[in-house]
Amino acid sequence: MHLDEVFFKIVIYLLAAVISVPIAKKLGLGSVLGYLIAGIVIGPFVLELVGDDGEGVMHIAEFGVVIMLFIVGLELHPSMLWRMKRLIFGLGGLQIGITALIFSLITAFFWLNTAQSITTGLILALSSTAIVLQTLSEKGMLQTRGGRHSFAVLLMQDISVVPIFAIVALLANQVIVNPVEAGVVDEVAQSGWIQLLLIIGAVSIIIVGGRYLAHYVFKLIAETGLRELFTATALLLVIGIAVFMDAVGLSPALGTFLAGVVLANSEYRYELEDNLEPFKGLLLGVFFISVGASINFNLLFNNWQLIMVILSIVVGVKLLVLYVLGRLFKLEKSHNMLFAFSLAQAGEFGFVLISFASQSAIYDEFTSGVLLIVVALSMLITPVLFIVNEQLIQPRFSKGQQEQADAVEENGHPVIIAGYGRLGQVLGRFLNANGVKLNIIDNNPHNIQYLKKFGYKVYYGDMTRKDMLEAAGANTAKAMVIAMSERHQIDKLVDLAQKHYPHLKLIVRAEDVAHDLILQNKGVTGHRQAIFDSAIHLGADALQAIGVSRHQSYRSALTFKHLDKRFMKNLQQRYNKEDPHFMLETRKFSEHLENILLLQQKQPYREMDCAWDTEALIEEAKSNENDNEVN
Amino acid sequence: MRKVLIVYAHPLEEKSKVNRSLIEGVREMDGVTVNNLYENYPDFFIDVKHEQELLLAHDVIIWHHPLYWYSAPALLKEWFDLVLEHGFAYGQQGDSLAGKWALNCVTTGGGESSYQTSGINRFSIEQFLLPYNQSAHLCKMHYLPPFVIHGVHLLGKLDVNEQQARYRQFIRLLCDESNDFQMINKGNY
Repeated sequence: MHLDEVFFKIVIYLLAAVISVPIAKKLGLGSVLGYLIAGIVIGPFVLELVGDDGEGVMHIAEFGVVIMLFIVGLELHPSMLWRMKRLIFGLGGLQIGITALIFSLITAFFWLNTAQSITTGLILALSSTAIVLQTLSEKGMLQTRGGRHSFAVLLMQDISVVPIFAIVALLANQVIVNPVEAGVVDEVAQSGWIQLLLIIGAVSIIIVGGRYLAHYVFKLIAETGLRELFTATALLLVIGIAVFMDAVGLSPALGTFLAGVVLANSEYRYELEDNLEPFKGLLLGVFFISVGASINFNLLFNNWQLIMVILSIVVGVKLLVLYVLGRLFKLEKSHNMLFAFSLAQAGEFGFVLISFASQSAIYDEFTSGVLLIVVALSMLITPVLFIVNEQLIQPRFSKGQQEQADAVEENGHPVIIAGYGRLGQVLGRFLNANGVKLNIIDNNPHNIQYLKKFGYKVYYGDMTRKDMLEAAGANTAKAMVIAMSERHQIDKLVDLAQKHYPHLKLIVRAEDVAHDLILQNKGVTGHRQAIFDSAIHLGADALQAIGVSRHQSYRSALTFKHLDKRFMKNLQQRYNKEDPHFMLETRKFSEHLENILLLQQKQPYREMDCAWDTEALIEEAKSNENDNEVN
Repeated sequence: MRKVLIVYAHPLEEKSKVNRSLIEGVREMDGVTVNNLYENYPDFFIDVKHEQELLLAHDVIIWHHPLYWYSAPALLKEWFDLVLEHGFAYGQQGDSLAGKWALNCVTTGGGESSYQTSGINRFSIEQFLLPYNQSAHLCKMHYLPPFVIHGVHLLGKLDVNEQQARYRQFIRLLCDESNDFQMINKGNY
């Protein structure tokens, strides 16, 4: 292909995405449908902008699914899995098992052979993670009971994609192996043993490497401070594993998924996710476009009755199974309806599995074509199902009954520390000594290594980003200590936290007097100049060095601190909150030491502390004595 | 109406049940100011000026504290040392507090019978509180008999509620200007 041609194709794909996705989102259809529609529009049946190359593009774009599985793995905290184990493995497992069984039986009964019907059952049991999660979170339903149940089932489906791939691969082998002579089968079995060893070796390498080695590599890369290098490393990791897995004959998706799970507890997890997310999104987008482009409309028009019947059976059976299971898991009716309606479609993994199965000669062209259309159509009607649920079904339940958002599960980490430099460290130790659980965010890879050893939860990355705060538990924490060293970073984080997490009490390090005043005006809970206390106590040490008693020098330090508090209050009153020049004025003010010294002179430091002073008593006693003498 | 200042000293309020309940019961009453010393001066740095102004603005001063080693918790002693300055509270020019009333409100672990000649504590509460009595006298204040709750470790929830009501009743008595010193000084509250 000529270079011009390549760029032309890229322009077509990107243009289609850029135009159709925003429109689809505006219409409430979600980005996946936007991509699909874009694919249909540029495909051979409408504009004919892309043609036969659709398959090749799809093959490359499938790598988006590999990255997606890596990211799914990254998000699978073992602890989260454990908390939701009943929903994930119980509800999710039953949903996949029962739905797959029913579809296998139906298809086997009608026209498909065993391999085909099992594959079809498994494909149709899955739902669309991309569509459902996006729609639920857009509608703010992810934290409701129905939403959480949906999430658990989707998670189980994502996990089970890996074994499903394995099963389909096995079925494909059978299809090929069956007619082959026995001797060849032996050979295959023998090489199978070697392959098994290879696979075990590869998996161990991933686990050991991810657990013990990746950390140092990431640290090294992070220390260079070059963002693109981290991106390159993340891509290298995923592509490397995919190639490696392919070489030993394992599915790339399984390998990267495994690597993701191993790295789920890594402190670089969010950085990895951030870096890979755009690639995943873009590749999946291209993948959906190519799926859209490959929908065979001739097939659809010629067999529309058949396809409609299959589509209604698919959606109907899925709805029924989900509904019954929801009742079984004690979802009340309105939540159960949301749960059932949201998951009634087939999913994007269906596309991957269908193309995989037709490449493995499980499906003939007609079957895969029909299935592809059914899966795509079931996804297309998902927004319609949501609307049906909201407009026609929910009103029957929710009359007078307020939708009660469930409390998000208590994370048990009441304090976040942003910035774990020298200030944050001492402060963190202090809180830790008081039995306070901490979530720490920092952007210095040096600190992180040690902290993990002591069981702290540490997150590495840009502290002034919302998703970072979200990850560190800003929704459930009670307070956040901002102990970063850069003033503009501090201000940025204060604004961000106040905007998105008004419940979060902020305790903030102030750089100087002006900053302290500004923080006070912003209404943060606690604010202090970091160097202030240590400066005064060093001063008290100096007093001791020249002979002042320990208690008196300590007391002088206290006196000075209280004096300063008054002095700050005084300053605050002088500069009105509404005054637009406030910032400028205070900045100017505090920059001139002279001003502060002058103001301090007016404060009666000497008069503030005359505790235990007996001078007046002595004088009175003396005058009494004189009186007595006179008398 | 007389104004009452409760100078309250309890270093571990989180774990107190009786004292906290007593204070809660009177905190919102008209004419009553609760001055929680350990809350206001966690670093023992007492704002003397502010404390003296508080004293001037009230008619009755109650030193409210648990009995620690037959005396008050350390911060209340610090308060006496620093706030009742020569020239303000006592001495030739010191008559700012003259004519005000003063008394202790104390809670004790031991029962009433232990504060007798024959008991384990050998002396009466009044005897242990003599320094307060005399301090008030030196400041030209009128010292009233103490409001005492004995045996607080063994009080149940109902008993605590009863004591809370009793304390409220007593404060109301103090605030009411129709009750003169002689009448309250009988001490049967």
